[in-house]
Amino acid sequence: MSQSELSPGSPPPIHANTIDEKPHGTWERITRGPGLVSVLAVFVALVLGGLLIAATDPKVATTAGYLFSRPSDFFQALWAAGTDSYVSLFQGSIYNSRQGFEPFLETLTVSTPLICAGLGVALAFRAGLFNIGAQGQIIIGAVMASYAGFAWHLPIGLHLLLVILMGVVGGAVWGGLVGLLKARTGAHEVILTIMFNYVALYFLDFLLNTEAFQRPGESNPISPVMDPSAVFPALPGSRLHLGFVMAIALTLLVSWILKRSTIGFEFRAVGANPAAARTAGVNVARSTILVMALAGALAGAAGVAQVAGTEKVLTAGIAASLGFDAITVALLGRSTPWGTFLAGLLFGAFRAGAVTMQISTGTPIDIVLVVQSLIVLFIAAPPLVRAMFGLNRKAKSRPPTKPKHAAPAPAAPASQGGGA
Amino acid sequence: MKLELQGISKAFGSFYANEDIDLVVEEGQIHCLLGENGAGKSTLMNVLYGLYEPTAGRILVDGKPVAFRGPGDAMAAGIGMVHQHFMLVPVFTVAENVALGAESTKAGGFLDLEVTRRKIREISDKYGFDVDPDALVEDLPVGVQQRVEIIKALVRNAEVLILDEPTAVLTPQETDELLDIMRQLKANGTSIVFISHKLREVKAVSDVITVIRRGRVVGDAAPDAETTELASMMVGRAVKLTMDKDPANPGEATFKVKNLTVTSATGQRVVDDLSFEIRRGEILAIAGVQGNGQTELTEAILGIQDRVAGSITLEGRELLGRSVKQILGAGIGFVPEDRTVDGLVSDFSIAENLVLDLYDKAPFAKGISMRPAEVAKNAAARVAEFDVRTPSADNLASSLSGGNQQKVVMARELSRPLRLFIASQPTRGVDVGSIEFLHRRILAERDGGTPVMIVSTELDEVLQLADRIAVLYKGRLIGIVDAGTPRDVLGLMMAGVAPTEAEKAHQDTPDDLEGEIA
Repeated sequence: MSQSELSPGSPPPIHANTIDEKPHGTWERITRGPGLVSVLAVFVALVLGGLLIAATDPKVATTAGYLFSRPSDFFQALWAAGTDSYVSLFQGSIYNSRQGFEPFLETLTVSTPLICAGLGVALAFRAGLFNIGAQGQIIIGAVMASYAGFAWHLPIGLHLLLVILMGVVGGAVWGGLVGLLKARTGAHEVILTIMFNYVALYFLDFLLNTEAFQRPGESNPISPVMDPSAVFPALPGSRLHLGFVMAIALTLLVSWILKRSTIGFEFRAVGANPAAARTAGVNVARSTILVMALAGALAGAAGVAQVAGTEKVLTAGIAASLGFDAITVALLGRSTPWGTFLAGLLFGAFRAGAVTMQISTGTPIDIVLVVQSLIVLFIAAPPLVRAMFGLNRKAKSRPPTKPKHAAPAPAAPASQGGGA
Repeated sequence: MKLELQGISKAFGSFYANEDIDLVVEEGQIHCLLGENGAGKSTLMNVLYGLYEPTAGRILVDGKPVAFRGPGDAMAAGIGMVHQHFMLVPVFTVAENVALGAESTKAGGFLDLEVTRRKIREISDKYGFDVDPDALVEDLPVGVQQRVEIIKALVRNAEVLILDEPTAVLTPQETDELLDIMRQLKANGTSIVFISHKLREVKAVSDVITVIRRGRVVGDAAPDAETTELASMMVGRAVKLTMDKDPANPGEATFKVKNLTVTSATGQRVVDDLSFEIRRGEILAIAGVQGNGQTELTEAILGIQDRVAGSITLEGRELLGRSVKQILGAGIGFVPEDRTVDGLVSDFSIAENLVLDLYDKAPFAKGISMRPAEVAKNAAARVAEFDVRTPSADNLASSLSGGNQQKVVMARELSRPLRLFIASQPTRGVDVGSIEFLHRRILAERDGGTPVMIVSTELDEVLQLADRIAVLYKGRLIGIVDAGTPRDVLGLMMAGVAPTEAEKAHQDTPDDLEGEIA
């Protein structure tokens, strides 16, 4: 963990004699806070989720009836109810003795679109933009990719490349339009992306009822199946497809853009201090358009992963709730490319394991959504998480007789930094 | 009323803005808190005023410990504060502003402004404030607005008045008037805590001076202490306040501004038909009270102002209408007036900030790929050259003190060959020790043959650096005068008096404060 990631805990600059006691704004704390908060947020959410599972468990209820005569029964049941569900969640998403690591392949499959779209949200976050529009960008990407996949018939290799290209361009246009409107008219990107989501969603419904997109001889809103040449090759015996490699490549690409490219430098400068970026000659309007187009392209790639990877057809529910989960994934990953990648894997595991969990323990799939929502809740309120683990107290109880020198100390030591 | 602070500490995280501060303000005294920007003066006063809760220590009023949970408690205890940035509602009248928060009411809860008006007239007559209770605050000059703030405190029966950097927004003449008011208040038994970093004013008005450095009290001083002594207490080492500089050796005029007009969004001419030239190898200082068009002028040159008319040429090429990148590329080094807003990205490392406007040029970039090795190499060189005090150039810019942040901005802007150098408030909030260094760098740039434009509201700085001084008032150029022009004349010009008249007025009146300047 680098010092920069710990910055919310570092002392304010020496000139900070203003009323604002916080060295960073809420935005930075939520989107760029320390990774420790992410880990703790996941942990707390899992514990609370476990309690929720246990609370609805019949055995726990029974033993609670004679809690005072034999409390050990109750606590055993409580523990068993919570852990059983998570054990089966693990078995359904990573490894079990019957299937080996097969469930893990499913986790990777499910996480592919989450990672791609999450990267799009994270990239926009870094440029100071709240891209709620991944959902719409995924849909438009999926529409364009699937059309290229079932309507055109091209040689193997070329066909898939064009499918990917169409999907990425579709998402980029959808995102770029938001950037353009924001840069030209000053409209807020949150409003714009929400509206663009609706437009995309109902546009998809409309398309699926047109002749061009409807499967011949079908009255259901479902497109023809994509050509075999237009879909990602899959690993035999699983649903894992080459799209996952694309997700890794995109993570590398975003990492490079942010760390090593001039446009990434511009994005980050605009995100961290638009006034200084403008004074330094950065074209803020151009940056806004470009970053939204790139964010859209990444979400478009998630759409490609859906139609050319797992589904192979276009349906009204092609994007499911991926676009919104992507926001969670990006937040959990602290808007860093690899953090987003890991968060995407975690959420993929939740999804993949939830089915097994429901079958073997009867715990409803919805509990996974509860856990996901709790994670976001805790990430959005870092002081809450830190308070739970006593990280705030440590800084406060430091004796004033032994203060740090008032010199502009660079950053607190790593062990305390997260909680200072 | 006697006010005591005992062992006050205020920590932000692990950073101590105030540490074990003892302070006694006796009744009817003007007690000055002297310290550089960032020394912790304002934090201390915010603790006293109930805005911050102290980490340790206690406050005593007339020997009894008190605990303030907010400004309301502090006011009730007889403490009034005039903030550096006024807390007034511009569209309210003076009486309405004064009444706000302590309204008198008639039967049935109706507002009774007449009571407030009467009180304002009383105070105004007593101290010769000349404030009309029914004037709109937004129509009043800054100096009068400040008096409204003082009236606000007095109406609430403040016995201790805290003035936080009250002279920062005033012309030299307004400053003298304020000092007179302070003496009158003192004569009437009001204690004053006067926060400042300007030695001239401090020496002129204080009874006791407490010097604060890095959050600690370094010691008390008498007002007749030597200026250099006070300065070295403030900084912590010996400083030279005056600097020798060689006379300018100006060449041809390469930077020309003609009939420049900037209109604000509300249709006001914030820069009004400005024309001037700067020659190679000379420093033109733009003097004036804050908010008289300086910001708009520099931003118009940089190309980030809308609604600009006229012409700005550098070596014959028109700059107006070009993008910021093109203008910087034409060889302009630009130090913005507020480094934390416009000059630095505080979440970026020092190394990144050192290439903030060069990141896409060779050698720092090749195509769209940046070259971190070159960025690091540049950072190491600049940090050494400008003596930026930091453990590593990879630390965040926000970890630096104000002076070191300013060095980073200056290092970046001076690190390439320039055809014009513009610096706004080049040493605002910079410790006295670094000021000299930064001034030397600016002079070195001048001596290298670059036209230099310095915008400063600090008359001392203007007099220190300028070869010629242009005075702005309400966006108009009052005149361009020589560097040797007396302070009083410049002060009058800053209040809008034409140079010839100002010169005349100066010769008619004997200087009073002039003698006290070291």
